This record gives sequence, structure tokens and C-alpha cells, in this order.
Amino acid sequence: MNIIETDGLTRVFTGRPDRKNRLRRSRHVAVDCLDLTVEAGEAVGYIGANGAGKSTTIKMLVGILVPTSGTVTTAGLHPLKQRRALARRIGVVFGQRSQLWWDLPVRESFSILSAIHSLSAADERTRTAELVDMLEMGEFLSTPVRQLSLGQRMRAEVAAALLHRPELLILDEPTIGLDVLSKQRLREFLVAQRREHGTTLLLTTHDMGDVERLCDRILVVDHGKLAFDGTLGGLARTVGARRELVVDLATPTSDLVDLDGAEHVRSESGGLRQRLAFDPQRTTAARVLAAVSERAEVLDLSITEPDIEDVVREIYRATRH
Amino acid sequence: MAEPLRRAQAFRAYRAVLASRARSQASHRASFRMDLVGAMLVGLIEFTEIWVLYSATGEIGGFTFAQIMLVFGLSDLAFSLADLVAGHCDHLPVYVRAGTLDVFFLRPQPLLAQLMTSDLSLRRIGRCLVGATSLTVGLVLNDIDWSVGTVGLLVLALASGFVIFAAQFVTAAGLQFFLINGSEMTNAFVYGGRYAATQPAGVWPRALLVVFGGIFPVAFAAYLPVATLLGMPGPVGLPTWLGWFAPVAALWAVAVAGLCWRWGLRHYRGAGG
Repeated sequence: MNIIETDGLTRVFTGRPDRKNRLRRSRHVAVDCLDLTVEAGEAVGYIGANGAGKSTTIKMLVGILVPTSGTVTTAGLHPLKQRRALARRIGVVFGQRSQLWWDLPVRESFSILSAIHSLSAADERTRTAELVDMLEMGEFLSTPVRQLSLGQRMRAEVAAALLHRPELLILDEPTIGLDVLSKQRLREFLVAQRREHGTTLLLTTHDMGDVERLCDRILVVDHGKLAFDGTLGGLARTVGARRELVVDLATPTSDLVDLDGAEHVRSESGGLRQRLAFDPQRTTAARVLAAVSERAEVLDLSITEPDIEDVVREIYRATRH
Repeated sequence: MAEPLRRAQAFRAYRAVLASRARSQASHRASFRMDLVGAMLVGLIEFTEIWVLYSATGEIGGFTFAQIMLVFGLSDLAFSLADLVAGHCDHLPVYVRAGTLDVFFLRPQPLLAQLMTSDLSLRRIGRCLVGATSLTVGLVLNDIDWSVGTVGLLVLALASGFVIFAAQFVTAAGLQFFLINGSEMTNAFVYGGRYAATQPAGVWPRALLVVFGGIFPVAFAAYLPVATLLGMPGPVGLPTWLGWFAPVAALWAVAVAGLCWRWGLRHYRGAGG
């Protein structure tokens, strides 16, 4: 079953009339004839540059915005005509806007949302307990939302969106601004959630890590049009999305070339710091590190993710020709 | 789900939000008391203004001070109650800017109901008290021919006034979708209308009569019903019994509000262009 289906989905924003020529208005095509299907149970990363049309698409999927033309069906429902029924079946986290009540303890926000979604008292208890446990929210359950750290708040937002067990979870920039550990925790939770409940995930992100760890399908949107639809492997093959392992060595070392599965990018400080690129689909950071350790003593290391902006730019470059 | 059960569930959602708002206000006792007293003082100052006016002039538009107390009390009580229930529509521009409105779209309740119940200002009860007191004193001071009819007229007037003022808040909210910084304009008829409703409309110039007797029919909230109640002639050329038509004015106000709200929402969602 398709949980999301769009057909020729288009959204045009018209500006104010021109002062000189009243008939001429500025037109901005935010989403351009988008045909999209997402099957129930999939995990889809929806990526693109700022202003590529991601948020506009999501707003049309959930019934906030009216499409200029084309059709959209979410969870088998018409998002505009059946908005209220749809609200019971989807969960949405907008990274920048909160579902929670600013001045109330987290616990109380959950109980209000349970009432809003008509959960029974027993259901509310078990579901809240489950989410509190999985997202490790016990320590800040009684804290007013305004006092939470960003990572804590985001966990609470995700829990709030999942309280009513939606079939489809839409996340708009869920990990923006989070530290590495918080990101990791949130991703692990989302993977588990999907495994246990079969929740369909649709997420927009600027973080390649999110895409790699959470999504089995990637959609790249450019100027409102679909520029890529495929797997992460396919994306990597198209643009060569590689990670970089940066190693600090004990002594100046000659360039680490001919390593198995990794390619030397450049050396700094006379060989004290070296950058090695590798394809995460074919090898792991640990294996590359082991290979380096055979040749030199490693003092410190860091891994840089491929920048999603670069990946997107590559896709745009490839598809525009 | 059976219909009664569904309705109970719907109320549970609003009750949960409102109860939490009430609790959070009550938990700051000192500030809540001050808010309450403050709201009451504002009402008293407005009342004093009328007192000063009438003690200087004796009567305006055929209304004595005792009679205008009825008009003031009725309209102020109706407005304060409407403010308590629908006053949060005023927050719409803030909600639009903060993205809270988008969150409302993700919940299975009607948007307008969510907007109205998004908060509760208990301090507004302070205002209700001033209105209720003035109305009670007015009823005692005036020589009223009590009957089922007069009681019915009062109840009808209060209910209609409440609906008219609540509808003004919703009308204003609908227009705010277009005029994100246009609260000055909508305040003119929401709060201007409240002020106008406390006055004897008989002395208004024709233009004002069209605006506050017709388009935003606040004259029906108190002045006209009180004129009917006391058997006084209405504005030039209008019959005494016009006060009975308060519910018609309320229906008109609701129709305008519904139209403005839908229109505004369509604009927000981008269907209206």
C-alpha cells in the first residue's frame, strides 16, 4: 500500500501585483509537477537545498497548504478534506516549531496530547512509559519544556509526535543543532521504532549521517522537481559520497598512499595530519584505521561526513545537463 | 465510535488544554491576584468615565446615569464573557509568526476551536465582575416592569451580546490572516465596538450607526434591548421593539465572522491566492 501518493503535485506562490503592471505578479514555483509514491514501512530521506521545495511538499502532504494543481493522498486520505482524520494517523515534527507547551512540564504536555488524540487512560500510561523509556526522558519528565536542552526537547517532540502511534512519521530537520550523542540516540530510537511498529519515516535533513543511518531510499528535490530517487548506494555511485578519516600521527610520515579501500586526499604539517577518503559502502572507518596503524602511530582521529550540500550540488550538476 | 462518546472525547481535548492553562495561572498566586485586580480596575475606570460624563451633563440621548448603567453593565458583561471565551483569537498573528498555527493543523480538532481554547485568561473574570455589578445595580435603580418578557429580553440580550462580541473576535482573526500587522485596524471594531456598545446609540451620527448598528451590530448588544426594556424610543425613526431583534443581529455577526474566518484560512493555505 502506498502511504504517500502525489500526482503532478504543484505549488506556485504568487507575489504582490507589480506596481507598474498590475496584471503581472511575481511567480515562484516551489513544487513543480511532483510524482511521488512512498510505500508503507519505507524510510525515505527527502533532501535538497534550502528553498528546493521540501517544506512546501510536506505542508501539502499534511493539509496545511493547498496545492496549486495535482493531487495528493496521504494514508489513503485527502489531506485537505480529511485533515482531522489524517491528523490521527500521522505524526509530524517540525524542527523549528514546537508541539509542546512551553511553560508546562513535559509529562503534562504528553497528557494533554493524549487527550487531544483521545487515547484511553490505560493506553496513555503504557505508551508514555514506553516512549519515556526508549527515549530516556525519565530525568526531565517533570521539567518545564522551556528549561530543556535542545537535545532533550527534540526527544520530547519526537515522543509527542508518536504518542498516538501514527503510521507515518514526518520529520523536518529532526537533528538540526543536536550534538553527536543526541543525534546518535535519536537515530537509534527511530530505527527501533520502525522495526517494532513498522512506522513509515519521511525526513528532511541537512545531515548526511541521518540519511545514511535512517533511510533506505533517498529523494533529492531541486527547484521543486525530483532530481534523484534511489538508494543510498545509488546516490553514492552517482556522486561518490565519501567520508574522510582525519588522522593525527605521532611523527611526520610520508603520504599514506595505497591503503586498502582508502585514498589519500592530502597531508598537512609535513605529514603529521593526513586526510584519507573512503567509501562507507565498501569499507569501514575501523578497517581504514587498522591499515593506517600498521604504518604509523595514530594519536588522534576524526571523521568528517560528506556534506549533504555537496552531495546535493553534485546531483543537481549531474541532472541539469 | 458512538456519537455521544465522540463528543465527550472532543471536550476532553479542550478541557485538558484549558485546565492546564488555568493551573499554570493559579500557580502564580500573587501575580494572578494582581492581574485580576488590574482587570477589575480597568473596568472601574471605564465606569468612572461614564459617571463623570453623566454627572456633568445629567443625561445624554435621553438616557440618565441610572439607565446608562444598564447599558454599560449589559454590554460590558457580554463583552467580558466573549473576551474570556474568544479573546485568544487576538493571538493569531503571534501564532502565525511562531508557527503554532501549523501545529494546530496537525491535531484532530477544528482550527477555530483550537485557537479559542489555546489559552484562558482568568484575570478577565475581573472584568466580568464589574459588568455584572453595574448590571445588577442598574436593574435595582431603574423602575422596571418585571415580567417573564423582561427577564426573557435580558437573557436574550446578554446571550446575543456575547455572541456578537465573540463573533467580532473571530472576524478580526479572519482578517488578521491578510493583515499580519493589522491589529490596529481590527481593534477599531473589536475594542471600539465594545466602547460604542456602552453608549446611547441615539446620539450617534448616521455613519456610526451604520457601522455599529449594522455591519458590526454592537448596538444590539445592550443599547437597543435596554431601550426596549425601559420602553424608550430608539434612534430617530426606529421603533422601541427593535431590542427583540438582538438574536438576528447575533446571527448576522456570526455569518460575517464565519465568512471572514473561512476567507482568511483559505488565504493562509494559499487557495485564495
